[in-house]
Amino acid sequence: MTTITADHHGGASDHGAHDHHDADHKPAFFQRWFMSTNHKDIGTLYLIFAIIAGIIGGGISGLMRAELAHPGIQYLHLWAQWSDGPTATLDQAYHLWNVLITAHGLIMVFFMVMPAMIGGFGNWFVPIMIGAPDMAFPRMNNISFWLLIPAFALLLGSTFVPGGTGNGAGTGWTVYAPLSTSGSAGPAVDMAILSLHIAGASSILGAINFITTILNMRAPGMTLHKMPLFVWSVLVTAFLLLLALPVLAAAITMLLTDRNFGTTFYDAAGGGDPELYQHLFWFFGHPEVYIMILPGFGIVSQIVSTFSRKPVFGYLGMAYAMVAIGVVGFVVWAHHMFTTGMSVNVKMYFTAATMVIAVPTGIKIFSWIATIWGGSISFKTPMVWALGFIFLFTVGGVTGVVLANGGVDDVLHDTYYVVAHFHYVLSLGAVFGLFAGFYYWFPKMSGRMYSEFLGHLHFWVFFIGVNMLFFPMHFLGLSGMPRRYPDYPAAFEHWNWVATMGYMVMATGMVIFFINLIWSLVAGKQAEGNPWGEGATTLEWTLSSPPPFHQFETLPIVD
Amino acid sequence: MKKVKSLVLAGLLAFAPAMAMNGPALAQENAAVAAPASDNAAAPAESAANATAPAAEAAPVAKVAAPPRMKPTEGIGMPRPGEYTLQEQFTDTGKTARWLHDVMLLPIITIISIFVLVLMLYVMIRYRRSANPVPSKTSHNTLVEVLWTVVPVLVLLAIAVPSIGLLADQYKPAPKDALTVKVTGYQWYWGYEYPDAGIPEFVSNLLPEDKAKANGEPYLLAPDNRLVLPAGRPVKLIITAADVIHSFAVPSLWVKMDAVPGRLNEKSFTIEKPGVYYGQCSELCGARHGFMPIAIEALPPEQFDQWVLSQGGSLRKEGAATTAQAAPADGAKKI
Repeated sequence: MTTITADHHGGASDHGAHDHHDADHKPAFFQRWFMSTNHKDIGTLYLIFAIIAGIIGGGISGLMRAELAHPGIQYLHLWAQWSDGPTATLDQAYHLWNVLITAHGLIMVFFMVMPAMIGGFGNWFVPIMIGAPDMAFPRMNNISFWLLIPAFALLLGSTFVPGGTGNGAGTGWTVYAPLSTSGSAGPAVDMAILSLHIAGASSILGAINFITTILNMRAPGMTLHKMPLFVWSVLVTAFLLLLALPVLAAAITMLLTDRNFGTTFYDAAGGGDPELYQHLFWFFGHPEVYIMILPGFGIVSQIVSTFSRKPVFGYLGMAYAMVAIGVVGFVVWAHHMFTTGMSVNVKMYFTAATMVIAVPTGIKIFSWIATIWGGSISFKTPMVWALGFIFLFTVGGVTGVVLANGGVDDVLHDTYYVVAHFHYVLSLGAVFGLFAGFYYWFPKMSGRMYSEFLGHLHFWVFFIGVNMLFFPMHFLGLSGMPRRYPDYPAAFEHWNWVATMGYMVMATGMVIFFINLIWSLVAGKQAEGNPWGEGATTLEWTLSSPPPFHQFETLPIVD
Repeated sequence: MKKVKSLVLAGLLAFAPAMAMNGPALAQENAAVAAPASDNAAAPAESAANATAPAAEAAPVAKVAAPPRMKPTEGIGMPRPGEYTLQEQFTDTGKTARWLHDVMLLPIITIISIFVLVLMLYVMIRYRRSANPVPSKTSHNTLVEVLWTVVPVLVLLAIAVPSIGLLADQYKPAPKDALTVKVTGYQWYWGYEYPDAGIPEFVSNLLPEDKAKANGEPYLLAPDNRLVLPAGRPVKLIITAADVIHSFAVPSLWVKMDAVPGRLNEKSFTIEKPGVYYGQCSELCGARHGFMPIAIEALPPEQFDQWVLSQGGSLRKEGAATTAQAAPADGAKKI
């Protein structure tokens, strides 16, 4: 983007032997990892956490796909004996199904994608990319991470306590009242709500930290309009978090008081309204989906530019398209509620407003292609994942345009069409963004190169797997199969079986990923400071791989 | 012929209140089990609702037989194996909406996706490092930037116009003479009540697998008692729930409306053809969310009237009597 003058920490020699605060002086193990104030270490913790949560959340989807491979109840009653004891009834087995869908959704959203994107890559690279030595509030950064542990423990623990028909919270990740209030006796739902509260507090603290860091700690010359797009994406995301999460907190606090203290915010019998919860939830929930995808946009922009050896096309348009997506994302929430019985005018407004989002999204897609246009592309693993992201996100985006039509959504709402749509934008959008970012920055973070061969193999197996898994879900949805069903009429068997096969292909891809990860950490060859060549122009590539424990003790000057 | 029919109906109406007093006589499931092989042409005598009604002592009641349980047509009103399209539609708005999806939205999104794919393949091949070792430095082109903003806006406008029209259609209020049925979602079954016809609420539960098989009906789509509606007459469903949120959904009629406790949602439509139209609960409602199916049995109007009477209900003719007593008189005037 620009010529950068940065201090290279290739060797300790720059600093001289007398320097007590040597850049690579690392604290002892416990202090380093449990009391960390270092943004890179905290980023690493977030990534490890996200990988563990991803294994659990992905494993749960494996259970669900196994059960759904054929009509009838195959395994659910057996699993229920494990979770509800040997006398588990069929109803408890069905309840377990709801627990699984709830856990899969909450884990993937709050404990996999968000920690990886914002906590992991955001922590690691936002300070470096703006030329800052660390985050603005290092201790708050630490507590943001450590709050996730009790939050996750509460969510996992909730599956072992009563939640209505059986053990665990079976409300769906949306936790709609009154199913989550009068419909779920027992402490499981309270625990899940508390888990969301703590995870939300963690994210709010993180968001404050990112906003402060980005607005105040940019290196001299790093104006807002020179910031890398990944930093822009995290800035917009942080604002979305800051504005959306308090609304979720309010909504679920009212759930708690309805459940435990006799209030009736969501109970029509006491003057409340169940729809109030849905409005509040989706006022948070819709920005939440952009929270998950915007950092992916940022990552893809960096990668496409790097491997095309060209500056990002239409930089300002790209930055402000993200701002526009963030702003419009706050005024479209009720398209998740088209079948709740809203008036026709409200439905028309939300139909039109939702379609507007397609415009800035289109700008981004075309700008990425224009960035590649005229470039000199090398198909390294991160680039392949980024290209996969662009196409699959397009496919997920256009089905969003279909769903935006309130009149058409009447039949598609709460069917597998919706499941297909949001997995294309999240499981194939956000997750492809995560893998792209992971391969892109792995040499920088670990100091070792990954295996290109395994990286490409991972991509192709995963790409084929997820498309087999999620594309048939469009057909199931059009044909009318509702979401969140443990069993289905025989007519839906064909595509369900294909989807389950797709899951197995995808899981094979994940095995390849972990082999690559372990092999690279153990035996990968040493990475240079900038393994990607002249296309990599952001500040992290001016540092060694891995970067020194404290970077930019002398601020870089950006011109 | 018509006159004869209305005479018969008028006559029957006189007995309606007496029948109503005997309580609801519901025997759809029993009927089906008793005559699993019966098709539409089968004689209704054996499966008459009254046969099992606790009305033995009420001697003067005229026996009005419920029409036989209609057999579903394979692939109509239900998903087809391996299907990759929307279900065939049997309401006006359903047809418009399916047209919007099949003729506008699906081609547009397919073209956009293929366009993006082709562009990507082109740049990937044309600008690979070996083919283009020196990258250009272009990072702006006002014309294309304006184009890829304005063209999507135009495409969206083209979609929005019929889409908004469709919404307006879907919200057209039902005509005054529409048959009102109250639909209530429970954990985990549906309740149907016909306030216009004076038929009190009856419930509709999942038909167990063996019975569904014996009936030739799809398991998990077939309930024991169906929601019986007239084909060709406007219907107004008032949808609500008693415990948690459910959603009343019938894909082949383009109906999906949440059943929310404390709210009365309204959905109006006219079913074009007699038939059986299946649906399933479409809002997570607890353990047996996947096991509270919906079936609408749309009968020809005369058979529907027959069904109403067989259930102890009363008929309400256009612009005519609201009470059964007045009905014969009105009928006589018309003759």
